[in-house]
Amino acid sequence: MTPGERRRTWVGLAFISPWIIGFVAFTLYPVCASLYYSFCDYDVLSPPVWVGLLNYKDMVSDSVFWQSVYNTLVFNLMSLPLGLVSALALALLLNQPVRMRGVFRAIYYLPSLVPAVAGAMVWLWILNGRVGLLNQALMAIGISHPPLWIDDPAWAKPSLALVSLWGCGNTVVIYLAALQGVPRSLIEAAMIDGASAWKRLIYITLPAISPVIYFNLLIGIIGGLQVFTTAIIMGGAERSTLFYAIYIYWNAFEYRHMGYAAAMAWILCLMIMALTWAASRFSRSLVHYQGE
Amino acid sequence: MRLPAKIIIYLVLVTGAALFVLPFAWMVLTALKPLHQTLQQSSLWLPRRFEAPIDGRVQEVYLAELITEPSVWAVEQGAPQPVVLPEKSVHGGVWQPPSGAPLPVRVIRLIPASASQPWREVGDLSGVARDVIPESSVRTSITFRWRNFPEAIRAMRHFPRYLANTLILCVLNVVGTVLSSAMVAYGFSRLEWVGRDRLFGVLLATMMIPFPVVMVPLYSLFRWMGWVGTLQPLWVGSFFANAFNVFLLRQFFRTIPKDLSEAARIDGCGEFRIFWQIILPLCRPALVVVGLFTFMGAWNDFLGPLIYLTDERDFTLALGLQAMKTSQSGATEWHYLMAASTLIILPVITLFFIAQRSFIEGIALTGTKA
Repeated sequence: MTPGERRRTWVGLAFISPWIIGFVAFTLYPVCASLYYSFCDYDVLSPPVWVGLLNYKDMVSDSVFWQSVYNTLVFNLMSLPLGLVSALALALLLNQPVRMRGVFRAIYYLPSLVPAVAGAMVWLWILNGRVGLLNQALMAIGISHPPLWIDDPAWAKPSLALVSLWGCGNTVVIYLAALQGVPRSLIEAAMIDGASAWKRLIYITLPAISPVIYFNLLIGIIGGLQVFTTAIIMGGAERSTLFYAIYIYWNAFEYRHMGYAAAMAWILCLMIMALTWAASRFSRSLVHYQGE
Repeated sequence: MRLPAKIIIYLVLVTGAALFVLPFAWMVLTALKPLHQTLQQSSLWLPRRFEAPIDGRVQEVYLAELITEPSVWAVEQGAPQPVVLPEKSVHGGVWQPPSGAPLPVRVIRLIPASASQPWREVGDLSGVARDVIPESSVRTSITFRWRNFPEAIRAMRHFPRYLANTLILCVLNVVGTVLSSAMVAYGFSRLEWVGRDRLFGVLLATMMIPFPVVMVPLYSLFRWMGWVGTLQPLWVGSFFANAFNVFLLRQFFRTIPKDLSEAARIDGCGEFRIFWQIILPLCRPALVVVGLFTFMGAWNDFLGPLIYLTDERDFTLALGLQAMKTSQSGATEWHYLMAASTLIILPVITLFFIAQRSFIEGIALTGTKA
């Protein structure tokens, strides 16, 4: 390194020093410690005791653990496609030459800004089995015994999927930005060639925005596996909404099984990696990057 | 576009928008009702005020269930509202309306049940006569109950503290995140140095780590430092740059021509001054986006305060709202809960309308630049 290079490196490191300190203290150390704790019996109050693979073995025989895995996967299989497709449909409609687009966009976007706690309260109230707005509407149109929603084990997950759908405005705005980047010339050329609206959607628009669909899918998987706040506040009958992240939280802060919680977190990390990898394999032939 | 297609598009958009707004509307309307109107089946859309002459004076009254046939009216122990039971399902006296009051009548006043007698039959009470008045003499007007808001604040007990804590966290997080992320992004984008891109790769990789992985060690770290139960764990980290915001700002910093920095350097301007006085002012839109999203994140955060705040007096608004709900034993006071929810949502919505463009651009940026 020349003296000039060395000086520049020091200046560069000085600028990124906040991140280096934060990285070591709040990421690198916790990641290593978490891995260590996952092989320990640890309750925070006393020092961790090495137990080898016990936490991981316990997981295999813990039926609540498996239930939380099942709940999380089933919930995501409902909410993820529902959210992605609805958001895309709304964005496609908003991308048409409609009047008051800004107003519509604001209306669809606003719920995604609502604090999760407040949103959960509002939805608890709407989904209230006896006097909730939804069931009153259903009874008014002649359904005499509507489900109890969050208090019904069979309906609790669909209820939460409905709540998450309310917050899909974020995704709508991302899609809308991507749609506005679709080359106008391609669409016009297709129109001249007599392609129908459906064909233009399938052969031009969707391939053009496929990287953004893929991005939303990944964000959806990563966020969906960690779904926490709405579910823990709204509850749900008979552990039907005991999701993975909630079970980690219970283990860490209610039962003080910090080692078990750390082990669960690492399995979550592996699940996210596996699903991300699967999504990338699945989408390899479907995602088109412009300029390639 | 053909007309039918256009009509369908508008129809779908308007219906969808109505459904998206409905929860907000229902929240605000509930927040403006008296409790008993929230808990009735076939609730009314708009908050009403019911008045009826009692003892020669017009008074505000509850509107209980309509009674059209002889029946027993009872209050279940701990239940928020009276229940009308058909006479055949109850042993004991059958209640008849007081003389002079023809059916249908409304039962107006709540009669508390006693612990020893979970069900109290109104039919046994002679003094109840004046609580029952003919349906025809009840006058109805639409009245919004604004006093639910101050009452909800009082019901939340430590509301001023919650608000202060939340605002402190918002301000500290915004200042910390914007300053540190901008500085780090500058180091990663506008300076050439050995190892820069490798370290940036490490920064990107940290974004992949799910929070639960670091949750336990962070807790034990902050506990060891004696910070559990204080606000520190919830803001100190923000002064050490957030990977995602660094990434976002770096994208923005790279669009500014290099010549600008070169010219300043030739004039003898130090690197920090270039960052502070030239680059930062040019990047205001991006900084606003980062600041806005950080503010929202701090305002909305639930898991962080849930883990670190232990004393109910030190909560944030989000946590306080949850505490308010769990502290209501028995009947949920939905009108207060909805009023408190409205108060917590209102600043967020106001902020959105003030800075709508930054929000939309920021969101679009996160999706399309990735």
